[in-house]
Amino acid sequence: MTLRVLVAKIGLDGHDRGIKIVARLLRDAGMEVIYTGLFQTPDTVASAAIDEDVDVIGLSMLSGAHMTLAPLVVEALRSRGASIPVVVGGIVPKQDIPLLKAAGISEVLGPGAPGTAVVDTIRAAAHVQ
Amino acid sequence: MTTPREVWQKAFTESSVRPGAYETMSGIPVQPVYGPDDGEFPGVYPYTRGPYASMYRSKLWTMRMFAGFGTADDTNKRFKDIINSGGDGLSTAFDMPTLLGLDSDDTMSLGEVGRCGVAIDTVEDMDDLYRDIDLGKITTSMTINSPAAVLFSMFIAQAERNGTPRARLGGTLQNDILKEYQAQKEFVFPPRQGMRLVRDTIAFTAAEMPKWHSVSISGYHIREAGSTAAEELAFTLANGFAYVELAAQTGLSVDAFAPRLSFFFNAHIDFFEEIAKYRAARRIWARWLKERYGATSERSLQLRFHTQTAGVSLTAQQPEVNIVRTAIEALAGVLGGTQSLHTNSMDEAMALPTERAARIALRTQQVIANETNVTAVADPLGGSWYVEELTNEMERRAEEIFADIEAFGQGSMLDGCINGIEENWFQSRIADSAYDLERKFNSGERIIVGVSHFLEGNDEEEIDLLRITNEDEQKQRRRLEAVRSSRNSAAVAESLAVLETEAADPEINLMPALINASNARATVGEMMKSMGTVFGRHIEVPTI
Repeated sequence: MTLRVLVAKIGLDGHDRGIKIVARLLRDAGMEVIYTGLFQTPDTVASAAIDEDVDVIGLSMLSGAHMTLAPLVVEALRSRGASIPVVVGGIVPKQDIPLLKAAGISEVLGPGAPGTAVVDTIRAAAHVQ
Repeated sequence: MTTPREVWQKAFTESSVRPGAYETMSGIPVQPVYGPDDGEFPGVYPYTRGPYASMYRSKLWTMRMFAGFGTADDTNKRFKDIINSGGDGLSTAFDMPTLLGLDSDDTMSLGEVGRCGVAIDTVEDMDDLYRDIDLGKITTSMTINSPAAVLFSMFIAQAERNGTPRARLGGTLQNDILKEYQAQKEFVFPPRQGMRLVRDTIAFTAAEMPKWHSVSISGYHIREAGSTAAEELAFTLANGFAYVELAAQTGLSVDAFAPRLSFFFNAHIDFFEEIAKYRAARRIWARWLKERYGATSERSLQLRFHTQTAGVSLTAQQPEVNIVRTAIEALAGVLGGTQSLHTNSMDEAMALPTERAARIALRTQQVIANETNVTAVADPLGGSWYVEELTNEMERRAEEIFADIEAFGQGSMLDGCINGIEENWFQSRIADSAYDLERKFNSGERIIVGVSHFLEGNDEEEIDLLRITNEDEQKQRRRLEAVRSSRNSAAVAESLAVLETEAADPEINLMPALINASNARATVGEMMKSMGTVFGRHIEVPTI
């Protein structure tokens, strides 16, 4: 079965190099990828993920707002009765990783993660589900 | 017939030169420039080898360190550290809400206040930001684009409140809106409305602020977003041509405007390619300004630029190795003849820099400037067969791209840039190049130390990072609330109404209305909303 992935930028961070690369990597690995563009909110991401019936959500976060915004995506999903796994990629200091996982984030990909790791992590997150 | 060397010699003789022994460490005398008498020379058209005849013998580059985090008070302290450590120019980084023209208490600002830069909501914050810094003496650069006119009017308002008249203010506004749509993506208004604000700041500074650089045309972000070196060069210069055409529409002569432009390039890790890029940039600019736009003043033809080392080349793994990368990139900027330089800190793949990391980055420049003796000779790589050929190749590739852009604009570079943005052409090319490079990393064709190879040490403990707490966000919101409740709200409403009315008339320059609103303590968000009512918003069609 083809995995469906929503990749999203939330908040005000306009750095879209990483998310576009990830989107192409996942697409080239045979997944269906949906990108909803810049300046999304936790609510718009949760709604789009449910409407599109995706298997995984990938959030790209480079502005340092991950501790505030990523958990809000998990909450927005829960409040809609959904439990789609959320993977965060971007600039996340190591010490924040356990805190994000405690807040319901499935996995975190830091700077320098190779393409294979990105693809494997998304697949693994979907299958745990 | 005078030779190029004689033209150079005359200009060099007329330059004032820093005293010192111009010789190698072992005492071999060193000439200010080397090359055949009929070759290219620095300070001589087309300026491939440098804008000035004497280059660093007269003046070192400005060590302009980019800083900004938390509240205006926090950043003011960092500015003073920079000045005390020997930095000689300030460069202000604003946080994401400010870059997008939002107030700190906007719901979209949640989690972002003071995180990537300093939070500025009103003229009161601007006051704190530059407290006890003599703005008549030190030059200031502000990295701001969509709301550039707003922040600039707050800057002018606070300087005049503190006794420095606008005519004495020297510095640079980034104000390069085209690259926001192309690469950096901190856009607010649609492109043509964005360009109207750029036009207003250009006309305003031309009339009232002789020491101000109204636009810093920035390739840095284009490169960071993933372009190749040739694309960085070509897109940036094309944007420059677009601003020249924009200024001409306001009735400014090219020689009244072009001397106020400055450029901002990336220094990436491919050492010689970067040097060739800077050399080609100067040559192309001089030729286009002279031949196409009819500039005659030397200052119009001399491309001057700021350099920043490549943020994307930094690794989170073994961060100390980033000091080495940054030093090599900074050296490329210097050998390429940069006029000012920012060196990134080793911890910036993870966070904004700590004070210690930022100091080491500044020390890197000081080593290059004071220990290596590379400043004695202008364009020391000129004449290298490799560098000269790369310079020519950069120029050829850039000209191919200009031809595409000119075709989009049916002969106008201004329309070509705007149409290319609206057609997603720049954005797609940058994304394609970024992905090409990524595939080379993934296939092992390109190596990154500490990431793809040489991993011993990656499990060491993380170095200390600067933490921005949510307390700063709370503090900034309280401060904004205090300003809102203490100001004359009728005066604010009145100033915003004027702004909105004037925004609807494209003939009017909005700077006076913005300065007036700043003085009334209107917020960044309020001014942007008033203009946005008229201008609308830019929505980028998301493409992968």
